[in-house]
Amino acid sequence: MDLSFFFQQLINALQLGSLYALIALGYSMVYGVLLLINFAHGDIFMVGAFLGVTGSMVLDLPFVPTLILAMILAGLLGVTIERVAYKPLRQASRLSVVITALGVGLLLENGMLALTGANPRRYPDDFVVTDSTPFGLSFGSVSVTNVKILVIALALVLFLGLYTIVQRTKWGMAMRAISYDKFAVPLMGVSQNQIISLTFLLGTGLAAAGGILWGVAFPVLNPYMGMRIGWKAFIAAVVGGIGDIRGAMVGGLLLGFIEIFVVAYGKDFGVSSTWRDPIAFGLLLIILVVRPTGLFGVARRQKV
Amino acid sequence: MSKRFTTLMLTLAVLTAAVAGSTFAQEDCDFAGEVYIGVIAPLTGDIPKVGQDTVEAAEMVVDEVNAECGLQIDDENYEVVILIEDNEAKAESSVAVATRLIVEEEVLAIIGPQASKQAVPTGQVANDRETPMISPWSTNPDTTFNRPWVFRAAFLDPFQGPVVAGFVQDEFGAETAAVLYDVASDYPKGLAENFRDAAIANGMDVVAFESFTTGDTDFSSQLTNIIAENPDVIFTPQYYNEVPLIVQQARELGYEGPIVGSDSWGTADLLELCGDACEGLFFSTHYAPDIATEVGQTFIQAYEERYGYKPSDVAALTYDAFNILFKAIEDANSLERADVRDALAQIELFEGVTGLMSFDEQGDPIKCAVIIQIKDGAFTYYDSACPAGFPPEDAG
Repeated sequence: MDLSFFFQQLINALQLGSLYALIALGYSMVYGVLLLINFAHGDIFMVGAFLGVTGSMVLDLPFVPTLILAMILAGLLGVTIERVAYKPLRQASRLSVVITALGVGLLLENGMLALTGANPRRYPDDFVVTDSTPFGLSFGSVSVTNVKILVIALALVLFLGLYTIVQRTKWGMAMRAISYDKFAVPLMGVSQNQIISLTFLLGTGLAAAGGILWGVAFPVLNPYMGMRIGWKAFIAAVVGGIGDIRGAMVGGLLLGFIEIFVVAYGKDFGVSSTWRDPIAFGLLLIILVVRPTGLFGVARRQKV
Repeated sequence: MSKRFTTLMLTLAVLTAAVAGSTFAQEDCDFAGEVYIGVIAPLTGDIPKVGQDTVEAAEMVVDEVNAECGLQIDDENYEVVILIEDNEAKAESSVAVATRLIVEEEVLAIIGPQASKQAVPTGQVANDRETPMISPWSTNPDTTFNRPWVFRAAFLDPFQGPVVAGFVQDEFGAETAAVLYDVASDYPKGLAENFRDAAIANGMDVVAFESFTTGDTDFSSQLTNIIAENPDVIFTPQYYNEVPLIVQQARELGYEGPIVGSDSWGTADLLELCGDACEGLFFSTHYAPDIATEVGQTFIQAYEERYGYKPSDVAALTYDAFNILFKAIEDANSLERADVRDALAQIELFEGVTGLMSFDEQGDPIKCAVIIQIKDGAFTYYDSACPAGFPPEDAG
C-alpha cells in the first residue's frame, strides 16, 4: 500500500517534472547564448499547444506528424521573434530586451485570444490512446498510463537529443563558444546570427513539444495557460542554473518532485495541500541561498 | 474613452431596439427616457462561456421588456439600456468596472458579477456606493451578508452543501467522502467547507480534504492522496474548465466511484470538454431545462430559438435577476437607487424561470435545488431538494 502510493506519486512527479523541464530547456538555452531572459517563452509554449490543435483538429493529422509540424512552426516563430523583436536591440541594455520579451509574450497571448476566442480547447479523443494499462502491462495499483509514459519518454529523448547536439556537433560547440565569449567567437569565422537563430529554433521547438504533451496530459487549453506555466519553468531553469541545459532538466524535474511530494507527504507532518506553493517555492529559495547560481550554474566573472 | 464606449453601447442598444422593434411592432412606444443597468460578466478569462451566457440572457430579457414598451414609471415608458463590462474573471477588474459603472455611467443598478470570487468584493463596492446590485449566480454567503444593497438570484452554499451531502448518502449510501477544491477561489472554498460540515453532521467521514490553486492543471498528487483513503464519493465544487481534468485524472489513477459536483458544473462547455468521462455523474444546481414550469418553458423555448441551444443555469438566473430588478423598479415607481433597493427588499414571492423564490432579510432567495445527471451527453433532471417548509402551501 505505502510502496504503491510512493511509486504512484513518483510517476506523477516524473510526468509533471518532465513537462516543466521541456519548457525550462528553452529558457536556459536562450539565456546561455544571449544572456536574455526570454519571457515570451511561456507564450510560445502556449502557441505550440494551439498549433497542435490546428494540426489534430483542422488538418486531422495523427500525433507524430502534428508534433513535428508544431515543433517546426513554433521554431520558425521563435526565430522570427528573435529577428524582429530582439536582434535590433542586441546593443541595447538588457532591461530593454527583457521588456520587449514581455511585450512579445502579451502580443502572442492576446493575439491567440483574438484568433481563437477565450473558450478552452482540447485534442480529439483518439489523438493519444489513454489506456490505464499501457501496452497490456499492469503495475498493480500503480497507474502508469500511455500518456505518462509518452510524456516522460519523449521528454528524455528530446533532452538527450538536444544534449548531443550541444555537446557533440560543431553547431553545438559554436553555441557553447558564444555563450563563453560572444566577442571572440565571431572573429573565428562563426556567424553569431546563425547560431542565435539555431538556439531559438531548438528552444522554441522544445517548448512546442512541451505544449502538445501538456495538452495531451491536461486537455483543457486556453490562451492564458502559457504565462503561469512559463513562470514556473523559468523558476526551474534558474534553480537548475540558467544557461546550462542539464540544469534546466534537473530543475524542472526537481520542481515537479517538490510540488508533488509536498502534497503527498506534507499531511504526515500536519501540512495540508493548501501549503504546497509556499513550501515548494520556499525550498527552491533555500537552494538559491545556498547556491546562488543554481545547481549547475557557474558564476560569470564580469570583465570591467 | 468612457464617453465613446457609452456612445457605442447606446448606438448598439438603439440598433438592437430598432431591430427588435421591427419584429415586435412597437413603433407606438413613446419612451420618456432611458434606464441604465450595468452588467458585469467574465467575457474573457477562465470561464468565458459564463460571460457569454450572461450577455445572451441579458440582451434577450432587455429586448423583451423594450418590446413591451420598457418599464412603466409614473405612467411614462422608459427604455432599458444595458452597459456590459468584462471583468476578465478577476476580482480586481470586477471592482474597477463596478466603480466605473456606478460613478461615471451612473447606472441605476448592477446585474452581476457571476462567480463569487468577483461578486464578494464587488458587492462591497455596490454597498459602499449605495447602488442596488443583484448577482445572479454567486452562492457564497459573503456576497450579500450585511450588505443591504446587494441581492442575488441563486440559493446559498450553506443550503447547497447539505443538499449534496444528503444526496450522496441517499443515492450511493456513502459513508466516507473526499473533497478536492480550489483554495484560492471564494466559491469552491466556501462550498467545500459547507459540504464537509454537513457530511460530518450527517455522520459521514470526510477522509480527505485536498486543495489546489486557481490555474493548476495537475491534480495527480491530491487525487493519489484521496484514492489512498478509498472514499465512497469525491466531491469537487469546481468550474467547467477544471472538472474535466479532475475527472479524467481520477479515472486514470484508478478511482471508479462517483464524482459529484455543484452548480458551477452546469455550463454547456463541460459536456464538450469532458466527453465520455463525465457520463453518469451528478451535480446540484438551480434548475433543470427538462422539468421547468410554464414560465421556465417559455423562456427556454425563446432562448433556444434565438441562440440555438438550451440556456444554462447562468442564463436562467441572469434572466431572473433582470426580471426581479424590473419588478422592483416598477414597484418602486421611481428611478432613485434608494427606492429601488427598498422595493427589492420588499419582494415577497417571485416566480422566476428557476422556480419560486422568496427572500430573507439578507437579500438571499429561499428556493429549491435540483440534482442533475449527465446522461447521453446532456444535463438531465434527476431529483429535487427544497428547504424545510418551502414552497409555502398557498403559493399556487
